[in-house]
Amino acid sequence: MTAAALPAPAAPPAREPEPLLSATDLTVTFGLGSSIAARLRHEARVLRAVDGVDLEIRRGEALALVGESGSGKSTLARALTGLVPLAKGEIRFDGRVLPARRKHSDQRRIQMVFQDPYSSLNPRLTVGSMLAELLRVHHVVPRSEVGSFSRELLGLVGLGEDALPAYPRQFSGGQRQRVAIARALALRPDILLADEPVSALDVSVQATILNLLRDLRAELGLTLMLISHNLAVVRHLCDRVAVMYLGRIIEVAPTETLFSNPQHPYTRGLLAAIPKLSTAGDEGAPAIAGDPPSPLRIPAGCRFRTRCPIAEARCEQEDPALRISADDSSHSAACHFAFSAAGAPAAG
Amino acid sequence: MTGAAGTGAVGTASAGIPPAGTGPMLEVRDLHVQIASRRGLVRAVDGVSFEVVKGDALGIVGESGSGKSMTLRAILGVLPPEARITSGQVILDGQDLVPLRQSDLNRIRGPRISMIFQEPMSALNPVMRVGSQIAEGPLIHLGIGRAKAAERALELMRRVGIPDPERRYRAYPHEFSGGMRQRVMIAIALACEPEIILCDEPTTALDVTIQDQILRLLATLCRETGVSLVFVTHDLPVVAQVCQQVAVMYGGRLVESGPVREVLHDPRHPYTLGLVRSAPDFDNVRESLVPIPGSPPSLISPPEGCRFHPRCKFAEEDCLVTEPPLRLLPGGRATACLHHERCIEAIEAERAAQ
Ligand SMILES: Nc1ncnc2c1ncn2[C@@H]1O[C@H](COP(=O)(O)OP(=O)(O)OP(=O)(O)O)[C@@H](O)[C@H]1O
Ligand SMILES: Nc1ncnc2c1ncn2[C@@H]1O[C@H](COP(=O)(O)OP(=O)(O)OP(=O)(O)O)[C@@H](O)[C@H]1O
Ligand SMILES: [Mg+2]
Ligand SMILES: [Mg+2]
Repeated sequence: MTAAALPAPAAPPAREPEPLLSATDLTVTFGLGSSIAARLRHEARVLRAVDGVDLEIRRGEALALVGESGSGKSTLARALTGLVPLAKGEIRFDGRVLPARRKHSDQRRIQMVFQDPYSSLNPRLTVGSMLAELLRVHHVVPRSEVGSFSRELLGLVGLGEDALPAYPRQFSGGQRQRVAIARALALRPDILLADEPVSALDVSVQATILNLLRDLRAELGLTLMLISHNLAVVRHLCDRVAVMYLGRIIEVAPTETLFSNPQHPYTRGLLAAIPKLSTAGDEGAPAIAGDPPSPLRIPAGCRFRTRCPIAEARCEQEDPALRISADDSSHSAACHFAFSAAGAPAAG
Repeated sequence: MTGAAGTGAVGTASAGIPPAGTGPMLEVRDLHVQIASRRGLVRAVDGVSFEVVKGDALGIVGESGSGKSMTLRAILGVLPPEARITSGQVILDGQDLVPLRQSDLNRIRGPRISMIFQEPMSALNPVMRVGSQIAEGPLIHLGIGRAKAAERALELMRRVGIPDPERRYRAYPHEFSGGMRQRVMIAIALACEPEIILCDEPTTALDVTIQDQILRLLATLCRETGVSLVFVTHDLPVVAQVCQQVAVMYGGRLVESGPVREVLHDPRHPYTLGLVRSAPDFDNVRESLVPIPGSPPSLISPPEGCRFHPRCKFAEEDCLVTEPPLRLLPGGRATACLHHERCIEAIEAERAAQ
C-alpha cells in the first residue's frame, strides 16, 4: 500500500458495475416518548430520520454522502451497517438480501468508521488489546502475526507503535480518529462506510489518510461510502455524490457533474456556502435562508419548499420524486424544476 | 504590546498598537503543560505565548497532537487529572488564572470565559436534557429565575440553528445528530455572554450552510459585543474567514504567527508551507495530495534543535543543535525558523514555475 504515483481517476468503465451494497425504500424511525402537549399539537411521535431512501453503492466506487446536518446521513450509514433496525425497506449485499441479524462474515465485510470516535471506542481497552481481540475473533491473521499486523495498521494511519499500550482518552482528537480508521481497516472489509473520517485531522495527516483510501481502492478494490461536510475532500476522492435533505436523497450525480451542474436548489445553496481561502469576513447574504424544518413536522409537498428560492404553488401539493435526467442517465434530482430552464438559477 | 520578542509573545493587535486603554483581553505567557503517562512525561505544551485583543479572533492551526486542545484546556483550567501546568501564566484582563483555586475558577468559567469542546459527546451530560444543560449556566451565574433561564436557552437554541427548539429542549444528547450536539455546545458556551470563547474545532461536524451561519454569528458577536475568540481548527479557509491573526503549532510549540492572510499565503516556516500545500483545494483537484513526509515528533523526547528538522527539506546543520525561538519579523509576523528566507525562495520559485 504505497503512495506510488497513481494513475489519474480511472475513466468510467463502459458497463455500469453491479451494486455491491444497495438499499430499497430504506426507512429508519425513532420512537419518541408520547407527551400530552405533543399530542395536542398533533405532532408525529415517530421521527423519520431516513425516509424511503433508494441507494446503490457500486463495487469499487467511492460514493460521497453529503447534506444538511441532521438529514440522516449517519443514521443511513448505521442502517447499512446493520446497527439500527429498519422500519421499512431492504438491504442487498453482493446480490443477497441481508437479514436483520447478519452473519459474522457479512459483519466483517461491511465496516463503519464512526463520526464521534470518543464514544465509539471502548475506553477500557488499550489500542493494542482492542486490535488483537478483533483480529482474533474474526481470524484475520494467524495468532503469531497479530502484533506485527497491528503495528502495520497503525503505521498506515500515521501512528507509531507507542500507540499500542495507550487508552483512547490518552490521544488527541485527531489521533483517536485515526485509531478508529485503523480498527475498521483491520478487518479488511469489502466496503467501508466512513462517517466524517478526516474532520479532526490536520490537512497534512488528512492528505495521508485520503491517499491511503485512494490506494486501498486502487490496490484492493475497496468500495467506499464517505460522509463528509468537506466538499473539497469529496471532490478529491469520490466518483459520485448523493445529497441528503431531511431524510431523503434529493440529488445524485457523478462528482464533476454535480459540482458543475447542480440541479436541486439545496445543492446549489450548499455549493455557494463553501468557505474559500480567498474570501474573508461575513459579507453577503447566507447561501440558504431560513431554518431547517423539524424532522417531526416535515413540510407537505416538497420538503425543501420552505427555504427554496424558486418554490411555487405546485411545490406545496406535490412531493417531487427522485427523477432521472432525460439527457444524462447518471444524474437524478428530486425537484419539479430540475433539468429544465425553469429550474436554472436566475442570471445576475 | 511591549517588547516581548525575547519571550516569544505574539501580538494580535492588527497594527501592533492596541487601542488606548485596552490591554490584551487574554495573555498566555510561556505556558508549559506536562502529562504523566506510563510511557513517560508528555510535554504537550512546551512554552507557548500569545495574546488576544478585545474583539479579535486568534486562530490556532497545526499538527494533530501538537497540543492545541491542551493549550485551551490549560487556559480554562480543565486539564485531565494526569496533566498539569508546570509553568507559565494565563492572564485574563490583568489577572493570572493559574494560581486560582477551582472554586474561584468556577466563578470565571461561564460568565467570563467559556469553551466549545472538540468532541461534544465527551463534554455533554448524557442523562440531562439539552435544554437544561444550556439553561444551567444562566441560572447559576446570571441570577435569573428558572423560567427566564429556560427562555434564554430556547432563544440560544434558535440562534445556533437548532430546528424546533421547544420540542428539542427536552431531548437528550444521544437523540441529536453530530452537528446538532455541536450546536448545543456552542449555545452553552454563549449562554452567559463571556468575554472570551475558546473554540476547539467548533464547526467540523457541521454542514457548510450551518457552519456559515455559526461563523457569521461568532463574527457578529465579536464586532458588536467585543467578544474575543481563540479558534482552533484544521480548516484553513475557515481561519481565513473568521480570524485576524493566526498562530501555527508544531510539537508543543508555536512555530509561526501573524496576520491570517500573510501567514497562509506567504508562510515563513517550512511546516506552515507544507501544511498549506497539503490541503485539498476545492477549485484545484490534484491527482494525489502531498502530505508532509515523516512522522510527528515525540513529545516525550522531542528532537534536539528545531523540532521540525527531521522532516524539513531546508534543514541545515545549525537546525540540529539550536532550538530556534519565535523571532519577530516585520509586519507583525513571527517565525521560529532559522532559515525562513528559504520559504520565500521556495514560494517565488513555485510562482515562477506556474
Ligand atoms: N437515538 C435517536 N433518538 C432520536 N432521534 C435520533 C436518534 N439518533 C438520531 N436521531 C435524529 O435523527 C435525525 C438524523 O440524525 P443523523 O445523526 O443521521 O444526522 P446526520 O445527517 O448524520 O447529521 P450530522 O451531519 O449532524 O452528523 C436527527 O434529527 C436526529 O436528531
Ligand atoms: N491523557 C493523556 N495521556 C497521555 N498523553 C496525552 C493525554 N492526552 C493527550 N495526550 C497527548 O498530548 C498531546 C497533545 O494533545 P492535544 O489534545 O492537545 O492535541 P491537539 O493539538 O488538540 O490535536 P488534534 O488536532 O488531533 O485534536 C498529544 O500528542 C496526545 O497524544
Ligand atoms: Mg452524522
Ligand atoms: Mg484537539
